[in-house]
Amino acid sequence: MTPKKQRVVITGMGWVTPLGTDIDNVWNKLLSAQGAIGPVTRFDASTCATNFAAEVKNFTLTDHLGDRAHVHSAAGLGTQFALAATKTAWTMAGLDTTPPNLKRTGIYLGAGEGVLDYPPYMAANIAGWDSQARKLDSVAWIAKAYEGMNPIAEIEQEPQLTLTHIAAELGTMGPTLNCMTACAASTQAIGEAFEIIRRGDADIMVAGGCHSMIHPLGMTGFMRLTAMSTRRDDPQTASRPFDLSRDGFVMGEGAGIIILESLESAKARKANILAEVAGFGSTADAYRITDIHPDGKGGAGAISAALAQAGIDPNATDDTGRPLVHYISAHGTGTQENDKTESNGIRSVFGKLATQVPFSSIKSMMGHLIQAAGAVELMTCIQAIQTGILPPTANLNNLDPACGLDHIPNKPRDENHRGGVDVCLSNSFGFGGQNDTLCLRKYKD
Amino acid sequence: MCSRVVITGLGPVCSIGIGIEPFWQALLDGRSALSPIEAFDASGYRSKLAGEVREVKIRDFVPKSYRKATKVMARDTELAVIAAKLAAQDAGLITRGSEDADEGFAPDLTRIGCQIGAGLIAADTEELSRAVVSAQDDAGKFSMEKWGTESNALGTGESGMNNLPPLWLLKYLPNMLACHVTIIHGLEGPSNTIMGAEASAILSIGESARVIERGSADLCFTGGAESRLNPLGLLRWDYSGRLADTGEATDGSTITKPYDPDSKGGIIGEAGGMLIIENEHHAKARDATIYAEITGFGAAQTPPPVFPGILDQPDPDPIDRGLEAAIESALIDANLSQADIDLIMPMGIGVPNLDAMELGALRSVFADRLDQIPRITLADRVGNTMAGHGGLMAAAGAMCLASQRLPANSSQSQPDTINHVLICSGSLGGQSGALVLSKPQ
Repeated sequence: MTPKKQRVVITGMGWVTPLGTDIDNVWNKLLSAQGAIGPVTRFDASTCATNFAAEVKNFTLTDHLGDRAHVHSAAGLGTQFALAATKTAWTMAGLDTTPPNLKRTGIYLGAGEGVLDYPPYMAANIAGWDSQARKLDSVAWIAKAYEGMNPIAEIEQEPQLTLTHIAAELGTMGPTLNCMTACAASTQAIGEAFEIIRRGDADIMVAGGCHSMIHPLGMTGFMRLTAMSTRRDDPQTASRPFDLSRDGFVMGEGAGIIILESLESAKARKANILAEVAGFGSTADAYRITDIHPDGKGGAGAISAALAQAGIDPNATDDTGRPLVHYISAHGTGTQENDKTESNGIRSVFGKLATQVPFSSIKSMMGHLIQAAGAVELMTCIQAIQTGILPPTANLNNLDPACGLDHIPNKPRDENHRGGVDVCLSNSFGFGGQNDTLCLRKYKD
Repeated sequence: MCSRVVITGLGPVCSIGIGIEPFWQALLDGRSALSPIEAFDASGYRSKLAGEVREVKIRDFVPKSYRKATKVMARDTELAVIAAKLAAQDAGLITRGSEDADEGFAPDLTRIGCQIGAGLIAADTEELSRAVVSAQDDAGKFSMEKWGTESNALGTGESGMNNLPPLWLLKYLPNMLACHVTIIHGLEGPSNTIMGAEASAILSIGESARVIERGSADLCFTGGAESRLNPLGLLRWDYSGRLADTGEATDGSTITKPYDPDSKGGIIGEAGGMLIIENEHHAKARDATIYAEITGFGAAQTPPPVFPGILDQPDPDPIDRGLEAAIESALIDANLSQADIDLIMPMGIGVPNLDAMELGALRSVFADRLDQIPRITLADRVGNTMAGHGGLMAAAGAMCLASQRLPANSSQSQPDTINHVLICSGSLGGQSGALVLSKPQ
């Protein structure tokens, strides 16, 4: 069979973020450089080197799903975030009123693992330790575990079950896949879902990601890696991508879900088209599990591949001398290493135009949503295309010359005077050298 | 599929064999290996038997310069790394991961992808327990206050979390299977980690084939690996309702019986099942041995109910509709009808109600012909090896096509020619996948 190369568009989106769940409300906060970082309230983090995070506050699934929320009462936090974001996206796409062919509708997420069921799990870990022999007694461990650990709470931690909940809610039966490529996961999920529609294996894909690692061992893992900011005296400004004083990322949580659809399907439903997905690039650094390749070549490779698929020359300009890429949403975590190498990657792709391509990080405001980050950041690109305004990098007061690009410090940028925003890139990079980039374009018939 | 994708390397690692030759021989001999768990003392568990991979040391499968990094590998990663090495060797590839090979084909590394199905990796219980007991309150409960490094209760540096190694987290990220494999072999193309419980590897192999089809890579390392032979992993799978109470039994083949209503349940296994797949032109240009062609792929979702966390379940459908849809898509993709399939490799995990749903899907596709087609299951030989399973099934299916032989204990006698093999799996969450492998042209 000759595969149909479908154009793929975005017809709906929804998010649950530390700044809120309403699309416009969160967007306005981002444009006014508002942060969402504060003390950890989920557990007692008072003695932790990093005792702050960007938490999703005042969230209840009932606010989003009404009576249907009870169906998912066993679902973990990340799954609940994803269900709420899916509801917004599905409704925005008009799929509640014009139901699609459910066999041709799939799900591709970068859904993270669930939160551990701490009290019984820790009780088993303590009971299982044989202090005489100084080793694990697995018979004592399982005895305590069977006593206190709950089957549903354990099963719900399997990350792919988020997709099962969404499928239960929507009734979808198409291709359903979950990828866990660390911090790149939801960008990758959207890219792979785009390819599934492009090649004709589905008409509609619910795509994105969700995650919460604001729990004791989630935070512990990153503290041991010394990857997180320890600015305990000033948490509100602790996330400082591209700033000389940056000292690590700040943990966030949430979900971002978009509806991807073949142009044919969107037109047939007369759906409102928010943007077109023009390209996807994915590479591996093949370097180290802990470090990014210092010249940023993996990231550069992903960007180049996404641009090549979109047919965009990074070294070309339009008649006014403006680069063809109008905005890049950075991975921009605020670690010393990431921001420098990511900037190097941009320089190697865009050459002398690099400083003319606006390149900001919203992680400065809502922290790092881990597996949900890429999807939420892509949604800010959709907003940029829709409004012609670019979100800033907050807390950027002393630009690190090793980054040294146009990071849109502290104030949003209105690009409407020069024709708005047509083409955006969104980067996500994960531990182990996973690099993914999506290219979005303003939809034109 | 349009541009042809072929299988040129097989790297099965499971309880009946490490590497394709012993694995295939064990299948021809009809051996199974489901015995009491040795990885840890599992005598307190309901299910005490497993298809366990023994007598392999990860050190022997990585370059000398990489031995240090094996300390941060979970068992799942070890199995993936070993299986990938064996698959690359079988395919005659030379990479920086094959320092012992003196001849072979050195591919363009920027054109090699890596897609590995993985499972949720449990933290090492002993390592975590050792750290956690250092942070108990007076009542003997875990204390976050004492766990933090800024705690006054313990001197800094002695505190709970500092008892975990700095790279602790990196051992448990599911993408570490693919990351270690890409780093060891230097693979710079697209990389992905797909998690769909038992369907993980089938979904990964299918997506991997699509990566080659769309021209994003010439060759991929693909498959899956998983081990739940640790305290938390085994408990979680026990809690899924898919494991037998093995009582005093010491041979799992007496417990788990695919499609038998009297089967006592499933037996867990651990495995790495990796393949080398590549664009047919690429394979032919380098004169590679082609075992089989991947001609069809389908993925679908079973409508709930399949697991207990969703509350308003209607009566279970006696047919796994997602599996049925995945098989139908794979057949359409391969441009074949059910009448063309000569061999079926489903899961048959030995849980009667799940096996019945699986059989329902197969009967819905194959109708009366189902009873005439040979059917091979591996779960009764090596256990349900979860994310590794699809890689093992694909290796077995590829060998059936390449050798025109069937393993012992197949449900039917051997057909005259084996042209097309169906491999399929549902999963805990209802994610389903199917592949059609065909005799190479």
